[in-house]
Amino acid sequence: MLYQLRNVSKRFTKAKETLTIFDNLNMDIPEGDFVAMMGPSGSGKTTLLNILGGIDKVTSGEVSFAGNRIDGYSEGQLSEWRAANVGFIFQFYNLMPMLSAAQNVELPLMLTNLSGAKRKENVATALNIVNLSDRAKHYPREMSGGQQQRVAIARAMVSDPQLLLCDEPTGDLDRTTADEILTTLQVLNRELGKTIVMVTHDPEAARYAKRTLHLNKGVFEDKMVMA
Amino acid sequence: MANTLRQISAITRINIKSIPQRFWMSLSTIVAIALVVGVLLGFLAMGNGFKKTLSSSGTKDVAILLRDGSDSEINSVVMREQTQLIEEAPGVARVNGKALVSAELYVVVDGKRRTNGIKANMPLRGLDSTGFALRPGVTFSKGRLFRPGTNEVIVGSGLVREFSGFDLGQTIRFGTSTWTIVGVFDAGGSVYESEIWGDVSVVQSQFKRLNSYQSIRAKLASPDQLAALKAYVDKDQRLKLETRSEADYFAAQAKQSSDLISNLGWPLAIIMTFGAVAGALNTMYSSVSVRTAEIGTLRAIGFGGFPTFVGTLIEAVILAAIGAVLGSVVIWLFVNGLSTSSLGGSFTQVVFTFSLTPRIITTAILLALLIGFIGGFFPALRAARQPIAAMVNE
Repeated sequence: MLYQLRNVSKRFTKAKETLTIFDNLNMDIPEGDFVAMMGPSGSGKTTLLNILGGIDKVTSGEVSFAGNRIDGYSEGQLSEWRAANVGFIFQFYNLMPMLSAAQNVELPLMLTNLSGAKRKENVATALNIVNLSDRAKHYPREMSGGQQQRVAIARAMVSDPQLLLCDEPTGDLDRTTADEILTTLQVLNRELGKTIVMVTHDPEAARYAKRTLHLNKGVFEDKMVMA
Repeated sequence: MANTLRQISAITRINIKSIPQRFWMSLSTIVAIALVVGVLLGFLAMGNGFKKTLSSSGTKDVAILLRDGSDSEINSVVMREQTQLIEEAPGVARVNGKALVSAELYVVVDGKRRTNGIKANMPLRGLDSTGFALRPGVTFSKGRLFRPGTNEVIVGSGLVREFSGFDLGQTIRFGTSTWTIVGVFDAGGSVYESEIWGDVSVVQSQFKRLNSYQSIRAKLASPDQLAALKAYVDKDQRLKLETRSEADYFAAQAKQSSDLISNLGWPLAIIMTFGAVAGALNTMYSSVSVRTAEIGTLRAIGFGGFPTFVGTLIEAVILAAIGAVLGSVVIWLFVNGLSTSSLGGSFTQVVFTFSLTPRIITTAILLALLIGFIGGFFPALRAARQPIAAMVNE
């Protein structure tokens, strides 16, 4: 099992008021899974995605990744863990506007010990997978939304992480472009074995996943959440 | 470690590349820091130039004797009888049996600045040929020495540069008397270049100081003879004089005046520093705020908080360094070596040049880097500590 969440709770305290996002949530994600997470706004799906990605912490409960508890990791340990295991894809791409496509893709490789030549080779491969080899030197402002999201996908997968976390990856794109992006994700899942968790509001997008989980007010409405 | 350095390098590169997005704000910070550096350098160069001029004026083997309690020539009065006693003193150098002692009159006359025509106090020194012998560095750049017994004067080159009416051949009125300028002299950049010199007896006569002088200069047989002369002076009740070497006298004056200039310069620079720090803080908070999503993304990818902190701090320090270089270059090009004058210890104008040194520049640059450090520290802390989940969706 790649991910195991056990009795996970998340609460926020704001203006002396405690807001519970979810309480005693349990979830399993096997390796190679492609999960679409749906639910109304405020249901907690993005918070859950952030917890899976180690950029937010649980209030209580256990989060295990590949058999290791990560809920007790320090910020530094989480940074290293994310660099090694997680690729993020955001709704608005979150590319560095002052860097070219290739330089954006190279960023995660800065955290590895790869040589400059090896980094360039990996960047070229990643851009090739998303069909953007010819745009390597282009800056984000010179590319369409779909192309920028493909650069973001290349960046997410360039360091070969096991897990790709996508937060509304097609939320800013038209249908045709969205389908292209989702197809790319599907290919990464099927052919490269990447485990993908995708938050989406779009039922069409969810169809590309192997399964869909529905979160409502912090509770999964589905039966097959745990293995 | 290598990984951390690589992260810092990547974040710094991104930060620097993003500066054009905040061009005007970054430029205003650079200019504010350049102003602080410029003001500080200006004052320190002024203090240093003043100090250099005064401290290059005296030597260890010439003693200067002033009335007890006087710390400058203008406050002192020395009588002819006292001069005669000093001529008999031990430790004083002699040539063919004649003591090398110069009784000098020092009076204040009016001059006008070339730049704005404003009146200023000028020193007129009356001295005789022995006075020249005690100042071997004096050379004529134009004209000749005044003739004894005449209303002729010679003027220092610094004074000619800064004040009008002192060019060779011109006549000038001091009170009721008219004087002709017959020579212009250099004195190795010392304070004497700010003076007017005339024959001591004529100056005494024209200024009605028939029996009195302001100071006595005595050439010592060797610098260590100062103690013997001092002991002699202290022992004789008729000589209520203070004895010190000319070098010490000018060093004390230099310290007093340059300390005053520095004491004005530093508070002003520090007040401006607060403004520059506020500007740097504003720029860097804006830098972090505008790039919240970018910083959050980098941290989500796996860049650590510490490299994020250092990278942001480096950006601020680089802006400060650019400001420091800009301020230093401007002062170096337009102020360093500039000739000006200021009131000296004897309430007369001393002409000097602004003088920058590597130490002064280093001091100003360190102040600029400190501004950058403080201005970048708190925004960098914010960049490193803000919750990533909140940042990535900004």
